[in-house]
Amino acid sequence: MITADRLSLPSTPAEWTLPSSRKLAIASLIVIETAMFTIFVVAYVFYIGKSLVGPYPSEVLDTPILSTICLLASSLTIMMAERAFKRESVGGFRLWWSTTILLAAIFLGITAAEWKRLIVGHHLTISTNLFGTTFYSLVGLHASHVIVGLTLLTLVLVFSLKNSIRRADGERIEMLSWYWHFVDAVWVVVFTVVYVVGR
Amino acid sequence: MVAANPEIPLTRPLASPSIMTRLHGLVVTVDHKKLGLMYIASALSFLVVAGLQASAIRLQLAIPNNNLLDPDTFNRLFTVHGTAMVFFVGMPIVAGLGNYLVPLMIGARDMAFPRLNAFGFWMFLFGGILLYFSYIGAPGLSGHGSAPDVGWFAYAPLTGRAFSRGNSTDYWTLSLLVSGIGSLASSVNVIATAFGMRSPGMTLMRMPLFVWMMVVVSAMMFIAIPPLTAAQVMLLIDRFLGGNFFNTQSGGSAVLWQHFFWIFGHPEVYVLMIPGFACASEIIPVFSRKPMFGYSAMVGATTMIAFVSMGVWAHHMFSVMSSVGNTFFMISTMAISVPTGIKIFNWLATLYGGKIRFELPMLCCLAFLFQFLIAGLTGIMLAAVPFDWHLTDSYFVVAHFHYVLIGGMLFCIFGAIYYWYPKATGRMLNKKLGLAHVALFFIGFHLTFDTMHLPGLLGMPRRIYTYDAGRGWEILNLITSIGVIFQIAGIACLALNIITSLRKGEKAGDDPWDAWTLEWATTSPPPEYNFETVPAVRSARPLWDLKHPEDPDWKYE
Repeated sequence: MITADRLSLPSTPAEWTLPSSRKLAIASLIVIETAMFTIFVVAYVFYIGKSLVGPYPSEVLDTPILSTICLLASSLTIMMAERAFKRESVGGFRLWWSTTILLAAIFLGITAAEWKRLIVGHHLTISTNLFGTTFYSLVGLHASHVIVGLTLLTLVLVFSLKNSIRRADGERIEMLSWYWHFVDAVWVVVFTVVYVVGR
Repeated sequence: MVAANPEIPLTRPLASPSIMTRLHGLVVTVDHKKLGLMYIASALSFLVVAGLQASAIRLQLAIPNNNLLDPDTFNRLFTVHGTAMVFFVGMPIVAGLGNYLVPLMIGARDMAFPRLNAFGFWMFLFGGILLYFSYIGAPGLSGHGSAPDVGWFAYAPLTGRAFSRGNSTDYWTLSLLVSGIGSLASSVNVIATAFGMRSPGMTLMRMPLFVWMMVVVSAMMFIAIPPLTAAQVMLLIDRFLGGNFFNTQSGGSAVLWQHFFWIFGHPEVYVLMIPGFACASEIIPVFSRKPMFGYSAMVGATTMIAFVSMGVWAHHMFSVMSSVGNTFFMISTMAISVPTGIKIFNWLATLYGGKIRFELPMLCCLAFLFQFLIAGLTGIMLAAVPFDWHLTDSYFVVAHFHYVLIGGMLFCIFGAIYYWYPKATGRMLNKKLGLAHVALFFIGFHLTFDTMHLPGLLGMPRRIYTYDAGRGWEILNLITSIGVIFQIAGIACLALNIITSLRKGEKAGDDPWDAWTLEWATTSPPPEYNFETVPAVRSARPLWDLKHPEDPDWKYE
């Protein structure tokens, strides 16, 4: 048998650093999710103005300014939370982290109210017309990502309140914030396509 | 069904644990080597089942006006055969080889995320079981339907509620959705492992070409599989929530499904093919006793294939598109033969002047080289729009892609089995049985698929369950079907070989082929921890450096 240690020849590099597997995996996940969202966005754009029956987007959609502000602001607050984490300020971390959760919850609440208005008030369901099908799929796909993010954020807050988060978990927190920034970035695209171009 | 359970020893024989303990060990394992072998063993089982389905198709088509199978059964056979071969044979073999070899080749102890790895395997396996369970489960409460019968690319509106009653299409959709998530899990793992866990000194340009190509394939899966997943979700919305994505009656577009499917479907061809290239790129240099010719050109060509393959999908749709679209996709399709040609010339240049050893892995790769060339040539023929208009949906197309996937990919996989079986089991495969397998399968392959081009040129459409006599197709179809007998005999030899060599095979030793990559530096089979110490690397052929200290590769890097 060739023993492996005989391979340790003299001039191996003294410093051997590799990218973090965790970062690679989350970056990969973001690429995958981007590809998936792209297809739903393409379907939405392709079907703009092709509904055979109403209600049409121009009649029923309102621009969700408040929820957009909340979601975009949550990207800033999660960044503040990360900074607090790096400063090892537990109170600051919990404060900014809870604010992020609150903003995400407000976003979801406004989306829920919008859907209720559309379904009950305007009788627009996923099967009504092409607009309904593509609207609920795209916005719903995004909202489901917000729900996943919200669940993870809440989990971290619970861990933090139980004092079971250590310094070594910093990269995990950072990865969650990457995901959260991605969900926000997707909203910018969804907002543009659905509420600006599609109307 | 002998190959259904190639009992590769997946557990170390300590004090011969009971069968229940061993099965439990398989269920809970997160070891990349066990999972890799489980992937390959399950894939080979699906290969036998889906192969038998293809045999039934050929039996039906052997003579004109045959009534052996009714049309519905025939539709189910070709649908399940195609779906299973792509998603439950090709993909898991790729994942299995990647799982088993990538950590060993880069000197790592396991994949980056072992539990994610196990998750990927079980998603694939249950996806495959779901597909075959449709034969029993699809009628469900409504009593309509059986296995899916919409073809492997399931064009709308065939998949709509009105045309596909019962749950057969739902089984198809869900099995692909589930296994797609599994494939994504394993591809994320390959990327995280290859970039994040290389042993000291293994820079990117010293990675074995196999690892490079698996990295490229995994990155392609990131872009290719999500569109399929998205399209499947849309189809589910259409079928269960009354959505209108592909419902032409409400203004939906059936062609949109075609685009979404082939945005996945064409990169998928390369996702299956590049791992074949990866195996050939390890085997050909070792059996030519020369380093790979043009290592960096190989890496570049692989990456270029990955990029170009994202822009060729609509060559599957020449008959539904505008001239402008057709022209673009014709040119991009032809462009992809440039990097592919670079690869073929690199392999040839590796052979040139080498001291070639005609061992079994090498025989498979040599067959691959010229078969893949022919497959590429018919590919260029089909890339020409007017030619494609004439031959689309004919047996010429069927012959072309079987030539790619069997003559190209499967022969490389055979080569990989002969090459790495000694590493995985510690035993050599029997050479006589191996020769019988390669010879029989080679003859069968050429009888079947060389001949199959001709009825296509004569106008025989694919997916017809029977045909009239007097069109000049009879003798060609008969020869095509006779070839299947040789292929079955070949596969039987392989299965017998895999099973008997486990106990009776000649002892392999650590490095039976005098090879150069790190997996041959550890014992055969490797211990659970792979390497006692993490090996250090100074060139692309670390074991060559070790065996030839007087003339190591790193002097020339």
